[in-house]
Amino acid sequence: MSDTATKIKVATIWIDGCSGCHMSFLDIDERILELAPHIDMVYGPLVDLKEIPEGLDLVIVEGAVANEADLHHVLELRKKSKFMIALGDCAVSGNVPSMRNPIGQKDCFERAYFENADTGQQIPTNGVPALLKNAIPVHQAVKVDLFIQGCPPPADAIFFVLSELVAGRVPDPTKVTRFGA
Amino acid sequence: MSKVIRVVTLTIDGQEVTGREDETILTVARQHDIDIPTLCFLEGLSGWGSCRICLVAVEGVPKLLPACMTYCSEGMKVQTENEQIKAYRKSILELLFSERNHICSVCVSNGACELQALAQKCGMDHVSLPYRFPSYDVDSSHNLFRNDHNRCVLCTRCIRVCDEIEGAHVWDLADRGINAHVISDLNAPWGDSETCTNCGKCVQVCPTGALVQKGTAVAEMHKRRAFLPYLNAMRGNHG
Repeated sequence: MSDTATKIKVATIWIDGCSGCHMSFLDIDERILELAPHIDMVYGPLVDLKEIPEGLDLVIVEGAVANEADLHHVLELRKKSKFMIALGDCAVSGNVPSMRNPIGQKDCFERAYFENADTGQQIPTNGVPALLKNAIPVHQAVKVDLFIQGCPPPADAIFFVLSELVAGRVPDPTKVTRFGA
Repeated sequence: MSKVIRVVTLTIDGQEVTGREDETILTVARQHDIDIPTLCFLEGLSGWGSCRICLVAVEGVPKLLPACMTYCSEGMKVQTENEQIKAYRKSILELLFSERNHICSVCVSNGACELQALAQKCGMDHVSLPYRFPSYDVDSSHNLFRNDHNRCVLCTRCIRVCDEIEGAHVWDLADRGINAHVISDLNAPWGDSETCTNCGKCVQVCPTGALVQKGTAVAEMHKRRAFLPYLNAMRGNHG
């Protein structure tokens, strides 16, 4: 099929967020069939692929950059893609994950793994990526081309932006969503 | 002998309008349904001019001027929006968002916040400056209201309404520059204030989720401002 040649290759990633933005994406319901002929989902929580493929046209990032794995992923995705969208308030502004920043890592760990732990009090280090000092918006780690605000962005806003992009236009998402929407 | 107030003719965005020389560009623009965004300004309170959101261009003046503090004059040519003004407004909003912790999604004022609405109106889709993530107190000592400094934009509406309308002058600004913050009395917890009358006017005029009623959850805080024009009309205050 020559079809795949004309389709844009899309990756999505869920880093420090609640998956609500991906849920909202799926909430475009049957309209996903209108997008399907134009996009090829090659990587993301909805695709069972371990390695990030090369030659991505579009990357959609949900969540803040909060730990070393997040940082590694967005750096690699940026390197392999032409266009990156920060989807939702966590990706755009840090949002809820960034609420730990003013408190500081030490106090957060103390609260989570000692004060609130009945047994096995310890800071987990095995098999988990180290937290960054601050949870930061994606654009403070790598270049972002388009920002879709909202917690989560409404499905209509996501569909609007994606349908504009596949039509070759770059829309202004502030017309259809805002912080906290 | 009372001073004679002249009526002047000026143009705003190419539209010829008339106003009194003791009226600001903002007042005259709004009388003619010309929109200029504002944040620290609130009709019924004295002008303050600190937020700079209402900056406009006046022909022959090399810098932008705040519409809320600039009086009309004969022949004045005002432009309420151009690329420079749009860029300035966006920058001001980015500075405000980065300065404190404005987390709209979990704020009691989500959906009813003037800062949030301005960001959308001015097309501020992200904050390009690094966030400061400062650590601020939340003063919940008052039995009815809460002061969340994380959401404060230092517009001073609370200070002005308490001083000018309620006459209690509970609020003031302490410190300068990036350290400036609103205090009650001589920096006592709000709940210990000896001057606060519990009227709540400061809460109602606050543009964000900084001063709020207790017991409100996310997006439940809706401010009611009808008292302000009403009290001013009853007292015969006209600007």
